[in-house]
This record gives sequence, C-alpha cells and structure tokens, in this order.
Amino acid sequence: MASAAKRAPAKKADAKPGTNPTTPKPVEFNKQQELDAYRAMLLIRRFEEKAGQLYGMGFIGGFCHLYIGQEAVVTGLKMSLIEGDQMITGYRDHGHMLAMDMSARGVMAELTGRKGGLSKGKGGSMHMFSKEKHFYGGHGIVGAQVSLGTGLAFANKYRKNNNVALAFFGDGAANQGQVYESFNMAALWKLPVIYVIENNRYAMGTAVSRSSAETDFSHRGISFKIPGIQVDGMDVRAVKAAADLATEWCRSGKGPIILEMLTYRYRGHSMSDPAKYRTKEEVQKMRSEHDPIEQVKARLFEKKWASEEELKEIDKEVRDIVADAVDFAQTDPEPDASELWTDITL
Amino acid sequence: MPRKTMIEAIRDGLDVMMERDKRVVVYGEDVGYFGGVFRCTAGLQAKYGKERCFDAPINESGIVGTAIGMAAYGLRPCVEIQFADYMYPAYDQLTQEASRLRYRSAGDFTCPLVVRMPTGGGIFGGQTHSQSPEALFTHVAGLKVVVPSNPVDAKGLLIAAIEDPDPVIILEPKRLYNGPFDGHHDRPVTSWSKHELGEVPDGHYVVPLGKALIRRPGAAVTVLAYGTMVHVALAAAEETGIDAEVIDLRTLVPLDLDTIVESVKKTGRCVVIHEATMTSGYGAELVTLVQENCFYHLEAPVARVAGWDTPYPHAQEWDYFPGPARVGRALIETMEA
Repeated sequence: MASAAKRAPAKKADAKPGTNPTTPKPVEFNKQQELDAYRAMLLIRRFEEKAGQLYGMGFIGGFCHLYIGQEAVVTGLKMSLIEGDQMITGYRDHGHMLAMDMSARGVMAELTGRKGGLSKGKGGSMHMFSKEKHFYGGHGIVGAQVSLGTGLAFANKYRKNNNVALAFFGDGAANQGQVYESFNMAALWKLPVIYVIENNRYAMGTAVSRSSAETDFSHRGISFKIPGIQVDGMDVRAVKAAADLATEWCRSGKGPIILEMLTYRYRGHSMSDPAKYRTKEEVQKMRSEHDPIEQVKARLFEKKWASEEELKEIDKEVRDIVADAVDFAQTDPEPDASELWTDITL
Repeated sequence: MPRKTMIEAIRDGLDVMMERDKRVVVYGEDVGYFGGVFRCTAGLQAKYGKERCFDAPINESGIVGTAIGMAAYGLRPCVEIQFADYMYPAYDQLTQEASRLRYRSAGDFTCPLVVRMPTGGGIFGGQTHSQSPEALFTHVAGLKVVVPSNPVDAKGLLIAAIEDPDPVIILEPKRLYNGPFDGHHDRPVTSWSKHELGEVPDGHYVVPLGKALIRRPGAAVTVLAYGTMVHVALAAAEETGIDAEVIDLRTLVPLDLDTIVESVKKTGRCVVIHEATMTSGYGAELVTLVQENCFYHLEAPVARVAGWDTPYPHAQEWDYFPGPARVGRALIETMEA
C-alpha cells in the first residue's frame, strides 16, 4: 500500500502568476473627486458626531454603533458603483446609508424612534432599508447579512442585470460559519458579490489577534478559490482603486472577490463601550496620521484645489443637513400606537 | 384523472409554478441532479435547467440566507430543507431575517420565500430525522406555517405559499408522502392511488392559507388535527364509534379560528392532537384559544394527545407516536367527563 507521502501533490488550480489580482495603486483623484469624497465623508463624520451627542442626551435609546474613522471605506466603494448595485451590511450601518444617498433625516429619525424614520421607528439604528436606493439593510445579527448579500448576487446573475452586490461585514463576523457557507456558494455559482471585510481591528472588545487564527482576512477565501486583496481603508483613493478592480472583476463574470479594508473606528464598539481594550495613544496615532478626511483635506490644500474658506463652506452645508436631520428627529412625532400592528405578516 | 402521491403532487405544484413564473427558483441539498431525497423535485432540473433547479451545499443557514436575499430582490425562491430536523442552523435566518424583513423595513421589502421540509416520524430516523418543530415557527411573528394532510392540499397550499408575498414554512409529513397513514403501523400502507384525495387536479389551483376544512362532520366532540394526525383522528372516530367532528387545520398560521369556534360551540367538547412533544406545543395554543372563545359552551376539559416529552425514540417509534388507540382513549374520556 502506497504511503501518503508518495502521493503526488495536488495541483494548485489558480496558482498561475497573474491570475489573481493584487492590491492596485491608489487612483489619482481629480479635483471634483477629491471634493466629492471630502463632502461625503464629512457628512458621515458630522452625522455620527451628532448621533453620539443625541445618544448622550437620551434622545436615542438602545444601540448605536458609530462609523467615525471608517468613512473612507464606504465612500470609496460607492464611488465605483453603478445604478442598481446593492449594499448590505451589519449593525454599523449609518455611514452606508448616507453613502447610498438615503436621507439624513430618515436615518436620524429612525435612531430617535420617530414616525418619519426610515423604518417608521420599527427598526432602530441597526435595521433600516431602502429599496429605492438599493440598500438591503443594516442587520443586527453578526454575519447573518453575508448570505443574504450572496443571495442578492445570485438574483443579479439570474436577472442578468450586470449589477454587483456588496456584502459588508467586520473582522468579528468573519469568524461566523455562515460566511464560509456563503463563500462556497458564491464561488461555486460564480456570483457577482464583493465581500467587504471592514477590519477595524476589534470585534467589540476583542482584538483580531485574540480571536482569529488567520488575521489576514484577504486570505480567508483561499479554500474557495476566492481572490482577496488588502486595502488601506483609511485612504479613499486606495479604496476607490480596489473598488474599481473588484466591480470589474464581478461584472466580467469572474465570481466573488474579497476586499479586506484595513480601517479603524475611533469610538467604542457601541455607545456603552469605554474602549479600555486599547490605548489612547493608539487611537490618537490613527487620528493624527491616518484620518481619512484629513488626508483629503491636505491634498486639496497641497494642490491648491480648495481654500480654507471653500472647505468651510462645504462644512457649513454638511452641518446644515445634519442640523436639519437632528431637528426633524427631535420634533417628528413618535409612531402612532396603531403602528404596532402594521407591516406585519398576518 | 390519474391519482398522485403527495410527492407527485408537490412536484406538480413546483412544476406548475416554475412554468408560470420565471422568478421561481428551487434548490436545496440533493434537490437538483438527484431530485430530492424524497424525490419531490425529480425531473425539474432536466425540465427547467440548472439555473432554476439546483443543488446547494450542505449548509442550511446559507440556503435560507441566500433565499432571503433572492426574495428581497424579486425572485420567488422555494427551497427544501432535507429534513425539518436540519433546519436549526437556518432558524437564525428564518426568525431574525425572513420573518421580520417586512416589519423592519416598514413595508419597503417583503420576503416571498417558501421553505419546504419533511416533518414527523415514519422512517425510524430517531431523534434527528423525526421531529415536528412546527411550534418553533408558529411562535415567531411573521412566519406562516402550513402542514398539508393530503396530495390535493399539498399542491394547492404550495402554490398559495409560492404566490404569498411573505415567508411560508411548509412542513410535509413524511408519513403521508405515499399514503393516508392512519397510525396503524402493523397494517399494510394504503396508497394515495386508492384515496379520493389522491385525485390532484391538473394545472394551477390554490388552497388558500388560513382556511381549515372539516374532514368528518360530527356532533359529539371536535377534534383539532393537522398533517398525519388528521388520518389518525378519522381512524379513532371510526373505531370508537364516537361522532367526532374532525377539523383539518391545514395552516397553523394563519389559523382559521372561526371554523374551530363554530364547531366547539356546537359540540361542547374538544380534543387537540399533534405528533410533536406536548409541552409548549402548538396544541397548547389551540387549547387556550378554545378556552378563551368557547369557555361557556364547554362541557368537558379540553384534552390534548401529543408525542411524549422526550426525544423521538428510534426503536420505540410506535410507543411514542400518538396513534388511534391513544386518540380513541382521549375521545372516550372526553365524552365521559
């Protein structure tokens, strides 16, 4: 009987050089792109800051997971989408909705549980949707959205609509079993889905190194022959470059791809998290050296594409949108008692 | 009209809907090439192609999760969980995602999803291939729950479920796939070919969700049953000579409470039966509803006959199963109370 050692090594199917993509160089933005990215990220930043304040004041109950620090991820990805491409994500979802052009009023009023909230106050922070904007939800169960996103991609392929589904999840969710069920099906059926792993280094309070055997999440698809690349998720241009590559990969029928976004959240996991599992210096270093908004700002000044005044003007516009949303979210009535019995199945 | 087994009726229902509606896709473990472990999808892949009827990996959570995504984006997935006992990994998706999509998107999204799964004992599968988990679904707001008792209903309810805008769970009693099993395991199995309910109409028809049917009119006592237990109830009535009114609930959610209340007010007595374990079973809900709605018409305590509160046994399947003897005894006791 032949020993196992004498068996020929299995052929590596996709090992040919050049078959799998590598991390592309950041794209060079023109002036308009820089300004658009700046504005989009600033809106998320200011919105989240206000949400944090409202939470502290007691206007928002329950959960509230802020996206501050991670703005470049969703902003850069959105810049390469075409009409009809979908996003689906977990519970840290406010930024995604703003990026998908859902109304700031609707998001904020959902946080405060008002009638005019995107889900009429039924969903709260983690559960909002928009068919019109192709946003398939915030989902409160860690990792559960990944297979839904895979199903969206199946529907895209089935309907031959040339659209791509973006399924976002975090480094924590990446350890959920159903993520790998999804990887297998997506690769097996060659579905146009981009798995965006937002690696912000902490699953609640657990550092990646304490929860994950393989901490390079771009490698998590190897068993399924899904290529993956690591991306500087703090640089919106790097994100955009990766997004261009990934959307093209999917649209050309090559199946799924993984983008690991190396990013960082400045705030705690949720509002009740004092974030004692990391040092203040670590946070400060990210803020001062890698802040996604400051990076754009510096380039705008360096290239003399915008003056301090012009950026202040954008800041004012953004603050006005947020202030209007806050005002709406505080004055809009709470849902009528009759809403307890609407949008139910029976 | 050639008579059909419940398996053939289900296959026919899927066929009719795949023919009519391009949005309908059918998948699950062994569902495509193999045609399903109980053959419910046999021939569909050959007829409609691998794009519309296909095999899924063994990952129930992934099967249901992807189906929810498809349903949210306009398809009409009808997936099979190979045994109801395998649905637990998918329970998260069913309860947290499918059942609530309409509610938490404030009506923006619905989830037109059908999940079929064979339920109950019948193949000596023991505790992991014999369970009846209907109460785990009826307890979840937002899921519709169907349990057919014969081929005609199985097809009509399946079509209604596929056309429904919300998620529907269909529990198919595997004991009934080939014949109207009445609980007498020591007698030859009757075939649906010898039963009028094997006469399945061709083409498209609907048995509406939420409509019970009186299978046997009677004046003495109302028996509430679904799935296999409908046939057991009919046998028990026959054997005890008690003029029982046997109601086949057909769908547990939505429930046809009117038919139940009207019957119990007439008979004044009620026996509730199911194969699932007793404690916190769907029977508890039925008893409560009867008590709330018919208390002043009752002449005896409402009785329950159910599976024992144990794991489903392998060798002692027939001691566990609430057959005609146990149901008959409950009928007699309820009449004497």
